[in-house]
Amino acid sequence: MRELDVARITQAVAELFLEANYVIGTDVMDKLAQSQAVEPSPLGRMVLEQIIENNTIGARERMPVCQDTGLSVVYLSIGQEVHLVGGSLEEAVNAGVRKAYQEGYLRKSIVAEPLFDRKNTGDNTPCVLHVRLIPGDKVQITAIAKGFGSENMSQLKMLTPSDGVEGVKRFVLRVVEEAGPNPCPPLVVGVGIGGSFELCALMAKRATSLPMSRSHRDPRYKALEDDLEREINRLGIGPAGYGGQTTALKVHIMTAPTHIAGLPVAVNICCHAARHAEMTL
Amino acid sequence: MKKVRLPLTDEVARELRAGDQVLLSGSVLTGRDAAHKRLAALLEKGEDLPVCLQGEVIYYVGPAPARPGQPVGSAGPTSSYRMDIYTPPLLARGLKGMIGKGRLGPETMRAMPRYGAVYFGAIGGSAVLISKAIRSARVVAYEDLGPEAIHRFEIVDLPAVVCVDTQGGNLYEEGPKLYKQHAM
Repeated sequence: MRELDVARITQAVAELFLEANYVIGTDVMDKLAQSQAVEPSPLGRMVLEQIIENNTIGARERMPVCQDTGLSVVYLSIGQEVHLVGGSLEEAVNAGVRKAYQEGYLRKSIVAEPLFDRKNTGDNTPCVLHVRLIPGDKVQITAIAKGFGSENMSQLKMLTPSDGVEGVKRFVLRVVEEAGPNPCPPLVVGVGIGGSFELCALMAKRATSLPMSRSHRDPRYKALEDDLEREINRLGIGPAGYGGQTTALKVHIMTAPTHIAGLPVAVNICCHAARHAEMTL
Repeated sequence: MKKVRLPLTDEVARELRAGDQVLLSGSVLTGRDAAHKRLAALLEKGEDLPVCLQGEVIYYVGPAPARPGQPVGSAGPTSSYRMDIYTPPLLARGLKGMIGKGRLGPETMRAMPRYGAVYFGAIGGSAVLISKAIRSARVVAYEDLGPEAIHRFEIVDLPAVVCVDTQGGNLYEEGPKLYKQHAM
């Protein structure tokens, strides 16, 4: 058994949320630059140029690239040979979120209760925490700062098996078209296919945090990712929704076994400010 | 690139066309969901608003906290459609424009030509760059709402694009049409 003090998880979570909010990954920055080079719309090119400049200054001056510093989502994969000591894991993760948002000049955007009072908790906690056990003695942490301009444009639909590949494509394209300019395109589109109602949504969220270079390992799903990216970029929405051919930077699909009667599909939309960071302890 | 002074006059507003790139300078109010809800409640009760809206432009923004020595933290636009249900009565009170991102709803779109109002798009997720154009910020109402309070910003050359003009021209309709390559 490897002992790990949860205080180290607090520190790691704090660092990851600062990093995610200040620094857009080089994979996304490269993709933005490539898109800007080929975007035919003059307004579209101007928008991409402004986004690239914004992200460059954000990283240099350690300022959040977007004022919506998000709802904090944490994925923890804990090696089953790790013994966590020093207190509650959930409290330790939230302490990390609190530290980042209070000390890092990040906006606090969480209300304690969703319908009646909607009172701000003042420290961006609680986060949404997903924990799973994996073999080994390491702890992998993924932090996602999820803005709600794009989260609000996400959808899930329980398709039927007969809807097939065409049904999945139609649904994904419809979600992106309905979202239009609202979720701050160009987008990273996370698609979950299969599983149950909730697993499907979890996969879609997780998919938005994958590296730009990653593709589904099954070549049929990789072809579907490429096909969807091409089709989305023919919708005409463009950067900021002002018209153009850069609407999606990447489509990521994650899949899971599902029921004989079902074909769940979830589309989690992420804006161009794809803010996530990972660390292994 | 046109330079536009805020608050807006009718003459300046009328000359702007959807798709124009502009640099906005002058004075704007800020407000988003919670502040709009309170303004709408006052109008419903027939009470006075805490700010005069005549000729004003509202920027839909909830800034990140300012670092020491800065007037404001990162301050990009939020999605405008959430303010739609509150907007027509504010236009009737003299509001001349909004700065935000994303589509406006049909009622706001219908009301805007009637009041000669303009909708400017700022680039979502360009919050650091925009914050550099904000030279001062002070709370004018609803301090308890924190980042959602109504602020008065003095801005210099804030980059924006005219998305909806006083004639009803709409960049979010016209722009994508030019680049759409297939029908759904």
